[in-house]
Amino acid sequence: MRHEMKRIVLLLMAGLVLTGSFTMAQQRFPKPEFESGYVQPSPTVPEPRAVAMEFFDVIVLLGVLTLVSWLVIRKRSRRGILWVSIFSLIYFGFYRDGCICSIGAIQNVALSIFDPGYAISITALLFFLLPLLFALFFGRVFCGGACPLGAIQDLLIIKPMSIPSWIRKTLGFIPVLYLGLSVLFAATGSDFIICRYDPFVGIFRMDGPFLMIFLGIMFLLLGMFFSRPYCRVFCPYGVLLSWMSWFSKKHLTITPSECIKCKLCKDSCPFDAIEVPVDKKYRTPEVSRSNLRKFVLYVALIPVLAVAGGWIGSRSHVFMSRVHPDVYLAELMISHPELREDEENLDIQAFLESGETFEELVQRASLIRQRYKGGGWALGAFLGLVLGVMLMNQVVFRKKETFEPHRGNCLSCGRCMDYCPVESPEPKKWNAGWLKLKKVKNNS
Amino acid sequence: MESNDKSYNRRSFIHKGMRLALGTAVVGTGALALARSRGAQEYVWQIDPFKCNQCGRCATECVKSESAVKCVHAYDLCGYCDLCGGYLKPGAKKETGAESQLCPTAAIQRKFIEEPYFEYVIDESLCIGCAKCVKGCSAFGNGSLHLQIRHDLCLNCNQCSIAASCPSKAISRVSADEPYMIKGDWTNQEEGTDEA
Repeated sequence: MRHEMKRIVLLLMAGLVLTGSFTMAQQRFPKPEFESGYVQPSPTVPEPRAVAMEFFDVIVLLGVLTLVSWLVIRKRSRRGILWVSIFSLIYFGFYRDGCICSIGAIQNVALSIFDPGYAISITALLFFLLPLLFALFFGRVFCGGACPLGAIQDLLIIKPMSIPSWIRKTLGFIPVLYLGLSVLFAATGSDFIICRYDPFVGIFRMDGPFLMIFLGIMFLLLGMFFSRPYCRVFCPYGVLLSWMSWFSKKHLTITPSECIKCKLCKDSCPFDAIEVPVDKKYRTPEVSRSNLRKFVLYVALIPVLAVAGGWIGSRSHVFMSRVHPDVYLAELMISHPELREDEENLDIQAFLESGETFEELVQRASLIRQRYKGGGWALGAFLGLVLGVMLMNQVVFRKKETFEPHRGNCLSCGRCMDYCPVESPEPKKWNAGWLKLKKVKNNS
Repeated sequence: MESNDKSYNRRSFIHKGMRLALGTAVVGTGALALARSRGAQEYVWQIDPFKCNQCGRCATECVKSESAVKCVHAYDLCGYCDLCGGYLKPGAKKETGAESQLCPTAAIQRKFIEEPYFEYVIDESLCIGCAKCVKGCSAFGNGSLHLQIRHDLCLNCNQCSIAASCPSKAISRVSADEPYMIKGDWTNQEEGTDEA
């Protein structure tokens, strides 16, 4: 009998649901009063990873950065850097599943600045700040030993090719674009593109959508010949790091004492990050004068490029704003009103069920688009500015008499130190024994 | 020689100045991020079961091949119905064979308690988070079956890929102190019974 009753109630309730009265739903069937002494279980709630462990990650990062700085600047040990980078790959990559990472933290910082509803997490903030501050003092030690994405590529360098300078410099603009776009999309609350297109996170997790894994494997295969392709052609965080490293207080030096211009380091660097001594022919007064003229021209060009970039950026704001799901949905519903009837279109159906009016959605979308207009200006101006400075740098003349690492591009991997045949004039206490051993080996 | 020194000094001056400027910029960005946040917070992702419209994307959009989203049963809210809208396909009457079960992986286990009540338990190792049972339970029952992100499985990605494609915007970042929004707990708290 009761079943029959329930069925009738059920039918009634189905009608109620259709009218959308959800508050009633909780009391649709009263909780039974059991007579058999049945004890009702409660749902389990497995805890997330403890917050204390997140802080432990920060301490590990700090430790790794300190250790790599010491290995790069004082100990000058490629082998040490290699082992630390393997540790970072295992810990931050495979153990921590590639999340949290400094590269992605750019977006958290951008979002927290522009979205008052989002509070930054301390770990994300420190993961963003620490490598930059270390780069400001010791160069890109983060890239050399702390970044799991760098480490996995570094380990798979097999036969690095030398890439012509003009190609490298042209490709060097991609990370800037990527940085600008990722900040724009994060700041407008549209998407975290760095995380979405992280090529190695699928490999770290040994799991993931096909495209993610495929992209990762492609990058690794490419990396056998074009070393560390993600770092050099995409990494948006690398842009910030290279700015810091450019003006760092200390930096990796190839030789411990005086360069003998043997070119061994040049051949050892898989990233073409070692600058050769400037040829005498570039030191003629004519060349200097023409460089100066170009320099003045490029400096004058910077504001022009910035304004032009800003204009282009603001012109493309409509296009870019479609990354935001609300703008996309509003546009879709305006351009294809018939989709409202499409039961298969989950996004539109969910919106129609949500109770929000279409006007509200359009208003929200146009507000977001408005933000994109300002953001587009800023993005374009930023890109123009960077392009101008990159051009300017082409003609900045620096006297170089020895082989030196390019401060912006050097990833502090330490290979060149290993290849440099010059020995330290005053062996430090900690590597005196090692040097002695090396000498014995060489003599025998 | 002198001119060399001068150029060196100039360069070192620019160098130091830029370092100072960049250092200030970095620290300033960090301070700004903190100031705008008004107190930092650690986050996890959470599904609001009252916003969820059971679209089924949780089963497919998670970056893990086994979704971190599982169906959770708020027993406190359950009517222990014989004819369970979450367990049986509509029109399946009372045959409980696999062909009439709503769950594609048979992750819901039905146990007789006493006439006419049945307990439904989710086997989370089988559940794929497809929300078919949630849809049935919400439509015909009390809505005690609902989706939650299981934090022992969730990798806490910086950007949850399910959240990015959730049509009802039911997934959001919440404070790590309160990772779950279990429907049953709500009624518990309101009525002050059981585990409250």
